[in-house]
Amino acid sequence: MNEFLHALDYLLGLSFFGWGTEIGFVWKALLLLVALLIFIAFVLLADRKIWAAVQMRRGPNVVGAFGLLQSFADLLKFVFKEPVVPAGADKVVFLLAPLLTVTLSLAAWAIIPLDFGWALADINVGILYILAISSLGVYGIIMGGWASNSKYPFLSALRSAAQMVSYEVSIGFVIITVLLCVGSLNLSDIVLAQNGGGLATMLGMPALTFLNWYWLPLLPMFVIFFISALAETNRPPFDLVEAESELVAGFMVEYGSTPYMMFMLGEYVAIITMSAMMTILFLGGWASPLDFAPFTWVPGSIWFIFKVCAAFFMFSIVKAFVPRYRYDQLMRLGWKVFLPISLAAVVVVALVLQLTGWGWTPGVA
Amino acid sequence: MSELLSAYLPVVIFIALAGVIGLALLVAPFLIAIKRPDPEKVSAYECGFEAFDDARMKFDVRFYLVAILFIIFDLEVAFLFPWAASFREVGWFGFWSMMVFLGILTIGFVYEWRKGALEWD
Repeated sequence: MNEFLHALDYLLGLSFFGWGTEIGFVWKALLLLVALLIFIAFVLLADRKIWAAVQMRRGPNVVGAFGLLQSFADLLKFVFKEPVVPAGADKVVFLLAPLLTVTLSLAAWAIIPLDFGWALADINVGILYILAISSLGVYGIIMGGWASNSKYPFLSALRSAAQMVSYEVSIGFVIITVLLCVGSLNLSDIVLAQNGGGLATMLGMPALTFLNWYWLPLLPMFVIFFISALAETNRPPFDLVEAESELVAGFMVEYGSTPYMMFMLGEYVAIITMSAMMTILFLGGWASPLDFAPFTWVPGSIWFIFKVCAAFFMFSIVKAFVPRYRYDQLMRLGWKVFLPISLAAVVVVALVLQLTGWGWTPGVA
Repeated sequence: MSELLSAYLPVVIFIALAGVIGLALLVAPFLIAIKRPDPEKVSAYECGFEAFDDARMKFDVRFYLVAILFIIFDLEVAFLFPWAASFREVGWFGFWSMMVFLGILTIGFVYEWRKGALEWD
């Protein structure tokens, strides 16, 4: 009984209200989830606003000041829409697909460190976990496309599976090049490694910390990661899964109401996860870009969110002005360009590190 | 509970909570929205005419091929992870062992490229 109470206290932080200071994991997880979902609501609005600005429109500007509450109005509208389940559909799988998409895309955030020691779970195999979770994302789309029992979703699901799977491979190789430099799979270690010396230190300008981060020495990898992330999250110019002009709306044709909204939500969470991955792997995580006065006053979590927003801005601007790829071009880019380049990069990075002895050892910095 | 497993407990809790939020969103319209299904509304969408064929049709074998290639390369990446993490410890012996492994896979990759497995037209 005592052990049970102890476990309950550990999870819910009941002693917080009485005598202890431990806030339980359940509350922390809930807080993170709610903050994340609210953040996504504004990210969605930002996406529409940026897209509108590029096309000289105003974007949503009616609900709330500057349309700030648009996403919340959309949520209400989706909830009050009639949920249509097609007669020919496999109903359980049809409804399970959006649930799976949302749950899996949110799951990655359990381990992302917003600041030093600010991860909900700082597990040792962090990056492997993220890679595994993001590959599972394809199941939601496949299940949705198959269960709809309609032609457009079916074709789209096939396309999407092949596309996500193709770019997964180059993302994997890019992550390996970063891991070679770090020597650890832990996400906090990856950030610490980037701030424990590097190019800025070698040049004798340790204040310019942004030169230490891996985007500079691994610049080609950074570019490949960004483009693969676009393909992985089915963002334009690789949105062949939705392709309004040929597949109408792809695997989401038969979906309406909140099941549709959950696919959209899952997609945006995946995009933000990819932005966070770019931040952690290449942009120095929570560290300030310049190591002197006004910049170091800003808390690490603010820098992290700022960098995630900057990465998302790139996603958004690409959507606004790059035309859609053709499917054969997409597959050629993935298999014949990115895969050989990233495979070669793994060999080159390993060779350079082995010859020079550069790299980071945990605990030294 | 062991140290290793307890590190994963927050992850499990987080996924469970995410699932609960997702489920709440999924169930909400079924509870509050008006439902008036009719045969036209619940039939499969096909650009303005009745669906004349089963949707689960034959598809290009290349999708299958891509899936197989993915399994090979993703396994390769899975092998690379522990190697990259312990790169500093394994030295030149570890380096060359992995190069032999990558070399064999590259030969396979060149073969499938020459065979035309990567062509989409």
